[in-house]
Amino acid sequence: MSTATDTIESLVKQEYKYGFVTDVESESTPPGLNEDTIRHISTKKNEPVWLTDWRIKAFRYWQTMKEPTWQFVKYPKIDFQDISYFSQPKPKGDAPKSLDEVDPKLLETYEKLGIPLRERGRLAGVAVDAIFDSVSVGTTYREDLAKKGIIFCSFSEAVHNHPDLVKKYLGSVVPYTDNYYAALNSAVFTDGSFCYIPKGVRCPMELSTYFRINAAKSGQFERTLIVADESASVSYLEGCTAPMRDENQLHAAVVELVALDQAEIKYSTVQNWYPGDENGVGGIYNFVTKRGLCKGKNSRITWTQVETGSAITWKYPSCILLGDGSKGEFYSVAVVNNMQQADTGTKMIHIGKNTKSTIVSKGISAGRGQNSYRGLVEIRKSAANSRNFSQCDSMLIGAKCGAHTFPYIEVKNTSSSVEHEASTSKIGEDQIFYCNARGLSTQDAVNMIVNGFCKEVFKELPMEFAVEAQKLLGVSLEGSVG
Amino acid sequence: MSKQPILEIENLHAGVENKQILKGFNLTINAGEVHALMGLNGSGKSTLAAILAGRDGYDVTEGTVKYLGKDLLELDPEERAREGVFLAFQYPVEIPGVNSTYFLKAALNEIRKSKGQPELDAIEFLELVKDKIKLLELKDDLLKRSVNEGFSGGEKKRNEIFQMAVLEPRLAILDETDSGLDIDALKIVSTGVNKLKRPDSAQLVITHYQRLLNYIVPDFVHVMADGRIVKSGGKDLALELEANGYEAILKS
Ligand SMILES: Nc1ncnc2c1ncn2[C@@H]1O[C@H](COP(=O)(O)OP(=O)(O)OP(=O)(O)O)[C@@H](O)[C@H]1O
Ligand SMILES: [Mg+2]
Repeated sequence: MSTATDTIESLVKQEYKYGFVTDVESESTPPGLNEDTIRHISTKKNEPVWLTDWRIKAFRYWQTMKEPTWQFVKYPKIDFQDISYFSQPKPKGDAPKSLDEVDPKLLETYEKLGIPLRERGRLAGVAVDAIFDSVSVGTTYREDLAKKGIIFCSFSEAVHNHPDLVKKYLGSVVPYTDNYYAALNSAVFTDGSFCYIPKGVRCPMELSTYFRINAAKSGQFERTLIVADESASVSYLEGCTAPMRDENQLHAAVVELVALDQAEIKYSTVQNWYPGDENGVGGIYNFVTKRGLCKGKNSRITWTQVETGSAITWKYPSCILLGDGSKGEFYSVAVVNNMQQADTGTKMIHIGKNTKSTIVSKGISAGRGQNSYRGLVEIRKSAANSRNFSQCDSMLIGAKCGAHTFPYIEVKNTSSSVEHEASTSKIGEDQIFYCNARGLSTQDAVNMIVNGFCKEVFKELPMEFAVEAQKLLGVSLEGSVG
Repeated sequence: MSKQPILEIENLHAGVENKQILKGFNLTINAGEVHALMGLNGSGKSTLAAILAGRDGYDVTEGTVKYLGKDLLELDPEERAREGVFLAFQYPVEIPGVNSTYFLKAALNEIRKSKGQPELDAIEFLELVKDKIKLLELKDDLLKRSVNEGFSGGEKKRNEIFQMAVLEPRLAILDETDSGLDIDALKIVSTGVNKLKRPDSAQLVITHYQRLLNYIVPDFVHVMADGRIVKSGGKDLALELEANGYEAILKS
């Protein structure tokens, strides 16, 4: 059945919907990286000395490091001197006092992306911090949140208005010594979101950061810090897009989560950076360090990610289960189509007693995409009676893509248990034809099968985003069959 | 008044790559008729069914197929299904992760959309299928499971006919629906098929066994060998075949 395999491989891309460029005048620092660049960023942001010093220390440390090579992704050497580390839309007159005073072009951009920021038409029940290149454009619903004592603002504002909190937690989960890109981020990060939920408060709405890279030749290095105090809970969402450009752009973020006693943080990502074209030209390098610390007793951190974009996705949202009885969860759907590559997974480090972790990873490969799951489950001696359950499933669409699994398991006590399940399946020509013979188009059939495959992950996403994610998946795989 | 032809196959030659499988196949099926197609293993019955349903990978080198007067071979498989062609698969396919009810509702709604009818929501759909579930004495839990996944052989076949009952095709092609069914299931499935008979629709029943034809009584029986029909007759032909075997028929 020659034509059968042909159809499955006739993988064409669907136009990337978010590939437009916003025509704003921006001021970018010239490409290049040295201590002056860092001081320049710090000065621009009017930062306190302790933060400048921290950046410089991180930079010096970074210079002693080597770029890692163990990952299962290939890309040409990145020239860090060729990146502009700070880019912002040129301020017009005084800084806007409210979102309604923000440059209409920026507001329009977010509107086009489906994220209205103006008072009227805002997303109900979701507070948004909109990050455009290196700066925060604005944050919605902050007054409402402030009434409950919740702090939700850009990282830069937090440095000025809540220095004690920032100082206490910045780098406490991901120290700048952690890895190459975390060190780089610590040196050059520009903005990001900060969020603090006080004791006993359940955040009444979804908090969300929407990242947009607009400027050419720039990188985005943002830093997110979320702290949930005792018995607090919050659900946080992250979305991202970028224009279509022929060059690769680096996105090296750091996200740190801290959950104190009984606190819960749910962090969901719908990642849709520009993936490059079907020949692998352009696209974002998404090299991100995300880690949560379950610091307190019975605390809980859940990472849910739907990764459909980026030329390369390379990240492991992880949990350190320090508090006794704490729980870490990781639910992931990673899709690679055309020439995309992903090496993603998680680390669950069990330190406290009676800690539990769950890993559900769904990798979908189409086109010539390469998808790797890499996960570490480490149960230390101290973590008596701990448990992990991991499930890693791969789905292949067509014959030229690849799926790889690298699970690492270390158990240092005898009272704990680890369970690992894995499977690989293909969307078969038979399945497609069966659906066709019942009146379903090939595209609908693929969507149905893929969504069925990802069900367990989608049900972890907040409702409206689950619907978004399903659609996104459909678009990402459009034309991958038939 | 002449009968309305549903399917008209003329001099069909078809095959895969370099292998000729159908070699001058002719058959006309009119509204209201049930035709049985019998024949040796490998004679091309499933190939015919696959070509009628629009499976990829077969080359039609000669001949025509008309469905309700239209060129059937022009249509994509999903278009054929929406226009009322239904194939009950010899080997129904498992689709893990896709809920059976959801799947069938989507299929029905595609058909309804193409007819300009409003789509049914989940509640309306469940209401509609209630009777059909009873008709085929389907275990409820099957509809809560993934399409065909882990179904027994007989359950898969029964599910095919259940789908047929819901989708109400104009032309149903049943490829060895009887094989793998126990005798009780055979009766249930046949009763189901018979109830689905309508004056404006037709059925092509592929089988190896006369047994099925005790329940689904055909108007015509055709015997196929080496890619074409070599003998046609009434339901007695099946009995003759059962008694004397293919050898005798092929020689006569
Ligand atoms: N895709 C294919 N590639 C090669 N040969 C094929 C293909 N499909 C069918 N054939 C061959 O064509 C012939 C007819 O097959 P088909 O499945 O139509 O027979 P059948 O009459 O349905 O047989 P059975 O009674 O065993 O179900 C067989 O010899 C089969 O091997
Ligand atoms: Mg057959």
